[in-house]
Amino acid sequence: MTARNLLLGLLAVLIAAPAVIGAYPLAVLILVLHYAYLGIAWNVMMGFAGLLSLGHALYVGLGAYVAAALYASFGLPALLGAIPAAIVATLAGLGIGALGFRFRVNGVYFALLTIAFAEFTRILFDHMGWTGGSSGFFLPVEHGQLNPIALRGPPVLFYYVALVMTAGAFVLARSLMRSRLGYAWLAIREDPDSAAASGVDVFRARMAAVAVSSALTSLGGVFYAFYYNNMYPEQIFSMARSIEIILAPIIGGLGTLFGPVLGSFVLTLLGEGTTGLLEHFGWAAPGAKQVIYGLALLVIVMVQPAGLWPWLAKRLRIGRDG
Amino acid sequence: MTVYLDIVASGVLTGLVYGLMALGLSVIFGVVRVVNFAHGELTVAAMYMAWVMAGSLGVDPILTLPLIAAALFAIGYALQRHLVEPFIGRPEHEQFMLLLAVSIIVLNGLLLVFGPDARHVAVDYAYDSFELGPMLLDTVRVYAAAAAMVLALGLYLFFRFTDLGTAIRACADNLLGAQVVGLDVRRLYALTFGLGCALVGASGTLMVLMRDATPILAVQLTLLAFIVVIIGGLGSMAGALVGGVLIGVSEALAGFLLMPSLKSLFSYGLLILVLLLRPEGLMGRRA
Amino acid sequence: MAEALLTATGLSKSFRGLKAVNGVSFSVGQGEILAMIGPNGAGKTTCFNLIAGAMRPDAGEVRLAGQSVTGLRADQICRAGIGRTFQLVKPFAGLSVLDNVTVGALNAARHVAEAKERARAVLDLLDLGRKIDEPASSLTLPDRKRLEVARALATGPKLLLLDEVMAGLRPTECDRLVEILAGLNRRDGLTILLIEHVMRAVMKLAQRILVLHHGEQIAEGSPEAVVRDPAVLDSYLGEEAL
Repeated sequence: MTARNLLLGLLAVLIAAPAVIGAYPLAVLILVLHYAYLGIAWNVMMGFAGLLSLGHALYVGLGAYVAAALYASFGLPALLGAIPAAIVATLAGLGIGALGFRFRVNGVYFALLTIAFAEFTRILFDHMGWTGGSSGFFLPVEHGQLNPIALRGPPVLFYYVALVMTAGAFVLARSLMRSRLGYAWLAIREDPDSAAASGVDVFRARMAAVAVSSALTSLGGVFYAFYYNNMYPEQIFSMARSIEIILAPIIGGLGTLFGPVLGSFVLTLLGEGTTGLLEHFGWAAPGAKQVIYGLALLVIVMVQPAGLWPWLAKRLRIGRDG
Repeated sequence: MTVYLDIVASGVLTGLVYGLMALGLSVIFGVVRVVNFAHGELTVAAMYMAWVMAGSLGVDPILTLPLIAAALFAIGYALQRHLVEPFIGRPEHEQFMLLLAVSIIVLNGLLLVFGPDARHVAVDYAYDSFELGPMLLDTVRVYAAAAAMVLALGLYLFFRFTDLGTAIRACADNLLGAQVVGLDVRRLYALTFGLGCALVGASGTLMVLMRDATPILAVQLTLLAFIVVIIGGLGSMAGALVGGVLIGVSEALAGFLLMPSLKSLFSYGLLILVLLLRPEGLMGRRA
Repeated sequence: MAEALLTATGLSKSFRGLKAVNGVSFSVGQGEILAMIGPNGAGKTTCFNLIAGAMRPDAGEVRLAGQSVTGLRADQICRAGIGRTFQLVKPFAGLSVLDNVTVGALNAARHVAEAKERARAVLDLLDLGRKIDEPASSLTLPDRKRLEVARALATGPKLLLLDEVMAGLRPTECDRLVEILAGLNRRDGLTILLIEHVMRAVMKLAQRILVLHHGEQIAEGSPEAVVRDPAVLDSYLGEEAL
């Protein structure tokens, strides 16, 4: 079995899925794809370039608010609103990156810097009147609408949008990984000094990683805004969301292409399965799902710190980068 | 004008408790070189312990403090021995993920057991205050800050004058040297992690006098501990207390002058500035 | 002597008041092999770091083929035509041997496929051709040293800086590396500046030797002359090599 066949098979199954599954499994699959997408976006920074960001909720939030505000105020369709959304988030990312890299804020300190900016922005949005502050921002919903350009429609529309986004991000990440820039990223991740000595402009390559990652992540935010139609700074910019974004790629395998996708499947299904099981026994307690997430993360970090995909790929005899 | 004095004084007192909590983080990082990402979660766990004991036994949290600190010491010791130890020397992000997993489990475990509601510990001096010249100080904060100061002083004396404290400092200053002279580094690391967590236990117990216990407080407290420690300087004991006081005062002033909900905005702003301009912290040594 | 490819003039660098390199001036001719020797702490590696852009000099100038490269970043210097190795080898541990060298080769190639091609050729040259798919972390020390040379070589340098690449190699391995480097110098006219303690390699490769001691140059000349210089014998060769 080759990686390509596995992928094409999975893609075919996912394309056909809505025809045979009900509303609930569809909603779960949308969640799987959404987190796979965000995981791929985050992985560009951490997995490829070795930059630990714990503030990716910032880009989700900025993307969501910009596109949603433009739609609510000017009726700008989501597909067009995504452009300014991505620009705003990318500028924010580049600003944080420029500060961090110029001032040599590395490793855990860089992670703290990203948290600080995300939390700072969360509190700002909590107090910004025109976006509704802490009471949230809501998109107008009309039932029976179908307008793919504006991202207005039934769940199945969102399913296919999420599928296209995830597949697109996957292909983009794959071609980036095999490009000149990709080699520069991997070199920097392994050893910035050696990378520079080998002719890699470390600052520019890192900035490029931040730009790609923040832009992609903000598009995930646009999707979030139009799928859920509501956003609260408390949730969308929260540390908890940043953590949620990074779990799938870590569990699946940092720096691998398929890792975020596999991780998202495993985690989401595990979480939903636990919730379903608990509800079945009449014990729906908040926190149960997250305890399972935590245990899964603990076991994987201890047993397979490189993630599930490298291990699985070896079992299936699939090439390393699959 | 006296109202400002009151606010600054209250900020200083709260800040000392923040400082004690951050001291735990700083000690662990300074010696074991691991960033305890579950710091706030463990603090909240201690707060719940104090709440349970105050509720079921009717004991004042200040009296249960030694018990809770001992319990947290045991937890910290076990944590280091069984989970963290294999990760010493591994890449930073793997250590981070391990402690992230611990924090997720502790936080949501607390949520499962105690639910999302805030739990309040009532002491009969909750609304008393001391008069000090023109200032009015909450009795609760004075007790908590005094206890924090005593513990910090005790910690200083421990590191300065006991053999065990000296051995732990040796591990921090020169790991190879410590191994060469035959120190049991693994045991010392576990003791240090335990000690850091005992400080967490103590500060959590004191914190519950000032704030209600609730699971969502955990993430805020973890970040708070980071902010305090980074601002003061990772690994610097005095820095942790100074950073705590600085944050305590800035929060108190921002809460009064602007809006309570804006208070941490300044903490994060300060964190960003310190990270960029003086990453070794205000009191830290330049590498 | 041919026209100078590299000229260093009055290079100085202090760390906390300690003068690691103090007014060092020398030049390396086009196609020449110059060895820099001296006891540990003499400032050799600091000199390399100043030339290669890993550190900025406090004073002095570095010129490559007539152009000033003083104070440029490491990557700019690499692109200007200086390849370097690190004394404590720094491979990209998680990447394969081929990918390690491909990173370097991308400097001299238009696209990734060409860089891989180039990397393969360099690896073959350094006898690592059969290990291209292994992760760099699994290599033995001698192989890591060769990998370090391969990566620097793949960047297509006019001048190659080698920092103690012979250390830890067995005599036969050392001779083989000397042979490869001498070949590159002879066939392709590659200019080499090397720091080396292994006098066996220095005497075979170097056309000229520069001796540093306490951050200052104390002798310079042909290998035969330098090893007979009383000042050199006294400060360095006397204590270590002889």
